Amino acid sequence: MLKDITLGQYFPGDTALHRLDPRTKTILVIVYIVALFLAVSYVSYAVLLAALAAAIAVSKVRPKVLLKSLKPILILMVLTAVLNLFYTRGTDVLVSFWIITITREGLENAVFMLLRIAMLILGTFLLTYTTSPISLTDGLERLLRPLKKIRVPVHELSMMMCIALRFIPTLLEETDKIISAQKARGADFETGNLIRRAKALIPILVPLFISSFRRADELATAMECRCYHGGEGRTKMKELRYARADAIAFALGGALLAVTIVLRTMGL
Amino acid sequence: MSNTAFTIQNLRFSYPGAEDMPDTPVFDGLNLTIEEGSFVAVVGHNGCGKSTLAKLLNAVLLPCGGSVIAYGMDTKDEKLLLAIRKRVGMVFQNPDNQIVSNVVEEDVAFAPENLGVEPAEIRKRVDDALRRVGMYEYRNHAPHLLSGGQKQRIAIAGVLAMQPKCIVLDEPTAMLDPQGRKEVLETIERLCRESGMTVVLITHHMDEAIRADRVIVMTSGKVIADGKPGEVFSRVELLRENRLTAPDTAQLLYELNREGYSLALDALSPEACAQTLAKAFKV
Ligand SMILES: Nc1ncnc2c1ncn2[C@@H]1O[C@H](COP(=O)(O)OP(=O)(O)OP(=O)(O)O)[C@@H](O)[C@H]1O
Ligand SMILES: [Mg+2]
Repeated sequence: MLKDITLGQYFPGDTALHRLDPRTKTILVIVYIVALFLAVSYVSYAVLLAALAAAIAVSKVRPKVLLKSLKPILILMVLTAVLNLFYTRGTDVLVSFWIITITREGLENAVFMLLRIAMLILGTFLLTYTTSPISLTDGLERLLRPLKKIRVPVHELSMMMCIALRFIPTLLEETDKIISAQKARGADFETGNLIRRAKALIPILVPLFISSFRRADELATAMECRCYHGGEGRTKMKELRYARADAIAFALGGALLAVTIVLRTMGL
Repeated sequence: MSNTAFTIQNLRFSYPGAEDMPDTPVFDGLNLTIEEGSFVAVVGHNGCGKSTLAKLLNAVLLPCGGSVIAYGMDTKDEKLLLAIRKRVGMVFQNPDNQIVSNVVEEDVAFAPENLGVEPAEIRKRVDDALRRVGMYEYRNHAPHLLSGGQKQRIAIAGVLAMQPKCIVLDEPTAMLDPQGRKEVLETIERLCRESGMTVVLITHHMDEAIRADRVIVMTSGKVIADGKPGEVFSRVELLRENRLTAPDTAQLLYELNREGYSLALDALSPEACAQTLAKAFKV
């Protein structure tokens, strides 16, 4: 059950998308998000959706896996859509009864919002699915390197992120085990009101925290033993280098952004 | 040729205790030398200080008194810290808590990256280390999907990539199933026999210790027996007094002797034991 959560997981592969420089992919995701917020019409959404579909096809990540990643935020998506549906002021009334009026604008807004969130999530997840956490953090570290000048601990932050990603599957597995163990002792997580259910989480969270601290302690020792001493003088096995594919990707990303902007100015 | 890898002199160590609690010393005047290229097993009951000893060997912990000299370098010298850790690799019990990356080969590259090795050289070392532990085919896998024995071999490869002279393993098989234990032990033995690496294996399994060249038995921070496995494990009574059990083979021979036989107790492997028994019962 918990193991199904795929947050921040990497699916190793050897597709064009996998081989792209992590910096390129990160920048492209940002460009994509910007484009999403610029999109105002069915046409521009269709263009962006086609681009996403193409990227997914290239990545060979199974669409089912990707769609599954939407499940945890489904409620949020539906809620946003519903709010948009009812609270958008419009003139073209479609349905109206009691105090509820649904306008065409509202319906459009709701659909757009739904699409926007879904595409945003899918795009970001595609990045983490096709980029190993280490190269992702590597890329971020390199992109954020200028911030070192204003004393942002860039290397430390990227190391932290890398370790967090590494331990997500381990901790999920452990949580599953703790839940089973507490269930075997008669714990009940499924019934009762919200407060009772929240209280039922305590016997899960306490052992999880304790074991995480122990793990962190052991990991720190193991890292020290492997000569870790901060980012100073560190090299990388896989040095980041932009290749031809990155140039092509940047060109495609730029084109996509340009198309979105043009469509927007055309009011489409 | 036989240089010393470690010289421990009059070692004293205690963990900082809680307030107004006297620190109980873990070691109080320990002397020990370990030869280069030897395969040494350290056994002893829980809390006798085995893990503490391991951490003192590569300067994760520093002695409170006396000295630990690793390959001619005093662990107390801060400037030598990386030089020591690079030569003395360490593998711990839980493989999950020593793997830093989501990809096998990137984890193995962690130590040489920390040491500032050239990228091309790191690549070579990583491939070489993975081949030596027989995990080369898994270089692009995610470690959390591997078996315990495989994970532990990755951890060993991660240490090998530093090109150490010595590898200290703290109960590396404690969390593994029999298959995983076998894989890991065979890897360790091969490293020692083929590459001449010094191996210090801390273990609770006596049948693992019999593979070593030398067995050190510890009780509350003191060495109570030290020698070839055959010598050490034939002292069944001494081991029992100290709440340790000899390997099953030694115990069997020992019990037979109590029934009136006079068998040599140093036949430790099942094969050697069988031969001893066959010879004794033929008459
Ligand atoms: N971090 C620590 N702080 C304080 N005391 C400690 C710490 N780690 C170990 N000790 C104590 O030091 C003594 C030796 O511990 P150590 O872990 O070296 O034993 P061990 O031989 O490795 O035991 P085991 O077989 O259980 O692994 C024990 O009495 C233990 O309680
Ligand atoms: Mg221990």
